[in-house]
Amino acid sequence: MKILVAVKRAIDYNVKARPKSDGSGVELANVKMSMNPFDEIAVEEAIRIQEAGIAAEIVAVSVGPKQCQETLRTAMAMGADRGILVETDEEVQPLAVAKILKALVEKEAPGIILLGKQAIDDDSNQTGQMLAALLKWGQATFACGVEFAGEELKVNREVDGGTQSISVKLPAIITVDLRLNEPRYVKLPNIMKAKKKQLDIFSPAELEVDITPRLKLIKAEEPPVRVGGVTVADVDELVDKLRNEAKVI
Amino acid sequence: MPERESMDFDVVIVGGGPSGLATAIRLRQIAIDRDVELTVCVLEKGSEVGAHILSGAVVETRALDELLPNWEGLGAPLNTPVRKDRFVFLTERRAIPFITPPQMHNQGNYIVSLGNLCRWLCEQAEALGVEVYAGFAASEVLYDDMGAVRGVATGDMGRKKDGSKGPNFEFGMELHATQTVFAEGCRGSLTKQLFERYDLRSGVDPQVYGIGIKELWEVDPAKHHPGLVTHTVGWPMDLKTYGGSFQYHFDENLVSIGFVVGLDYSNPYLSPFEELQRFKTHPAIRDTFVGGTRISYGARAISAGGFQSIPKLTFPGGLIVGDAAGFLNVPKIKGTHTGMKSGITAAEAIFGVLQGEISNPVEANEYPERLKQSWVWEELYRERNIKPSFHWGLIPAMIYSGIDKILLRGKAPWTLHHRPDHLCVRPAANCKPIEYPKPDGLVTFDKLSSVFLSNTNHEEDQPCHLTLKDEALPVALNFKKYAGLEQQYCPAGVYEYVEAEGKMGLQINAQNCVHCKTCDIKDPSQNITWVTPEGSGGPNYPNM
Ligand SMILES: Cc1cc2nc3c(=O)[nH]c(=O)nc-3n(C[C@H](O)[C@H](O)[C@H](O)COP(=O)(O)OP(=O)(O)OC[C@H]3O[C@@H](n4cnc5c(N)ncnc54)[C@H](O)[C@@H]3O)c2cc1C
Ligand code: SF4
Repeated sequence: MKILVAVKRAIDYNVKARPKSDGSGVELANVKMSMNPFDEIAVEEAIRIQEAGIAAEIVAVSVGPKQCQETLRTAMAMGADRGILVETDEEVQPLAVAKILKALVEKEAPGIILLGKQAIDDDSNQTGQMLAALLKWGQATFACGVEFAGEELKVNREVDGGTQSISVKLPAIITVDLRLNEPRYVKLPNIMKAKKKQLDIFSPAELEVDITPRLKLIKAEEPPVRVGGVTVADVDELVDKLRNEAKVI
Repeated sequence: MPERESMDFDVVIVGGGPSGLATAIRLRQIAIDRDVELTVCVLEKGSEVGAHILSGAVVETRALDELLPNWEGLGAPLNTPVRKDRFVFLTERRAIPFITPPQMHNQGNYIVSLGNLCRWLCEQAEALGVEVYAGFAASEVLYDDMGAVRGVATGDMGRKKDGSKGPNFEFGMELHATQTVFAEGCRGSLTKQLFERYDLRSGVDPQVYGIGIKELWEVDPAKHHPGLVTHTVGWPMDLKTYGGSFQYHFDENLVSIGFVVGLDYSNPYLSPFEELQRFKTHPAIRDTFVGGTRISYGARAISAGGFQSIPKLTFPGGLIVGDAAGFLNVPKIKGTHTGMKSGITAAEAIFGVLQGEISNPVEANEYPERLKQSWVWEELYRERNIKPSFHWGLIPAMIYSGIDKILLRGKAPWTLHHRPDHLCVRPAANCKPIEYPKPDGLVTFDKLSSVFLSNTNHEEDQPCHLTLKDEALPVALNFKKYAGLEQQYCPAGVYEYVEAEGKMGLQINAQNCVHCKTCDIKDPSQNITWVTPEGSGGPNYPNM
């Protein structure tokens, strides 16, 4: 069986994101980028499945600019066998990514597709679900435990207030949550080896996918600064402040 | 240790700053030129090259011109030439323009983010075949049976706080090399061990240091003057304390503002962080930042010993380049061009060594010889008396510097000497506590919200990388006699004296550390040793 694992190049989790001064988006110039942490967990899970002898090959896929090659190299240094970059400098929204992945699934015929439950930059939490709909495959989202039982997968899911156990038939899509595993450290010699692994590059056009955005970003801004509370002397002052300062009554 | 794997290279370089990268680039250039095989590897502890780089920076292109003459065509991020130099003496209320001292003239220089310059140098190095590994700290020097350096080992990953192996534990790697280059920058943690092991500092002055605190601002476009360079001396330092500020306007509405304090300061109540905050409240300074946004914050020590503090540079199996050796031109506060030149020179000398028939690691003696013939030596020799003259206080020093510079042209028949910084602190009882103004949240800030902007982070469950030789000394000596000075000098709020159950103790918040190395330098009894934390821990500076 083959596993396809999707990895996104996102703003590093240590970096304090900041809107551009004109509000047209988040400042990315000179900002450290790395693999979306949830995708790292997806890659780790794929490797564990392979190490358990269940999967034969792991293919890592990324969609985005040229620099996503570095993200794919990281996935390969962790243990993925090869990489595919669908290169574009355009903005790619979840639906476009799902369509691209669908096109690659038709080429690669994987048995499992692993993705992060969401990317920490836009927090969309949509790609896996959209891909399941497009492929008409079963999906197990927010996975915090994955086990194989014959042709079925038993997946524990993080839900409000606990975990839920479900089983899905293969082929299936799994989106992973934080507690599924702790990704391994990348070893130096593996970084070197990863440089020699196969990395294929396609354009969205070659895959015949239209990536035109469907959503428009209107404005990116800092959340309002919280101001400290004030103590009021009496009810009159409270009413006055609510009416004239906060303008809520 | 049999568990550790190893890899072999011709040259291993510790540190991906301007000096280490210049060494790597020059080595590969010569190898390609002469068509010989030469494997070069650079180790960088930051999560990426540039992540731990903090500088001014106004850069002289002299070394870059020699290394990559076509830097402009290759897209080097040198976008803002210096247009105007200002040198100002501050009193509490006033700003008195001075004539810019000759060494502070910046015609032909560029205002840059040194971090970005390093990212670009890294691309050039990789294109020439250098293997750059970021996120791996060299934590140990490896020696062979003859006592020569034969490489370094990277730190273990995934060790828990108590030293035991965590679930993802991985041993570090041994990187073996015929020549190992130490380019760790100011107060390198391995370089420090080499100084001792090979007695490299005998007969030279102790190294002395400054700490530079820096913020990067995006200012109101109406207040941005690309190419403007301002240096100040005077307030808020008293006349006995060595310190001054820099302010550089560059790129799109960016302003670097920083304050450097000599670590030979004597009052344990002094806080370099608060001095920068207070400095920004000066009527001649504040306005630039009103309405702007602070983007980043950080700190780094600089070597200020100059010529008389340069150690022996080579030992069997390796050598030291850049600010790790102390090639900073102090009055200019510039060390990028001298550091890079030392790297270029070292590369040429190493190449000579590697081409000979060698079985045992040898010493690249040609390196110091070549360096003595180069402009670096001449430049540092000329400036050697300026910094030590500041021991007499600001005014006498400025007068002396004028005489030394203009009348004697640096050729004074004497050399002034240094005293180690940690011996300069006076007991708190003999000093006046300093009252710093409260932050206004607009232009001035508190320490914690500042450290937040350095994007620093360390895996929490790992052994503390700020090690104490004697656990009892902080309270017994520093707290009692020196008013807990580490709380003041640490720019990241790492050290905190807290009372628990009626007992005072030192709490070390190691995750906050920004790797400035000040504690390793200034601790009065040299009780703190900074060691490398797990690779990629530390600040993530964007473009500092
Ligand atoms: C506030 C301030 C302002 C300055 N202004 C200017 C200026 O305007 N112009 C100018 O020319 N110079 C300036 N300098 C000086 C200049 O920044 C230094 O001289 C220069 O950075 C030295 O380069 P380097 O490569 O020797 O060391 P560094 O730049 O310090 O680089 C060392 C690198 O090695 C890495 N490293 C260290 N130890 C290890 C280890 N054990 N394992 C792996 N990696 C390691 C570090 O993370 C770092 O990336 C300034 C410095 C400061 C602090
Ligand atoms: S702990 Fe030491 S090295 Fe770290 S930020 Fe504080 S003074 Fe600097």
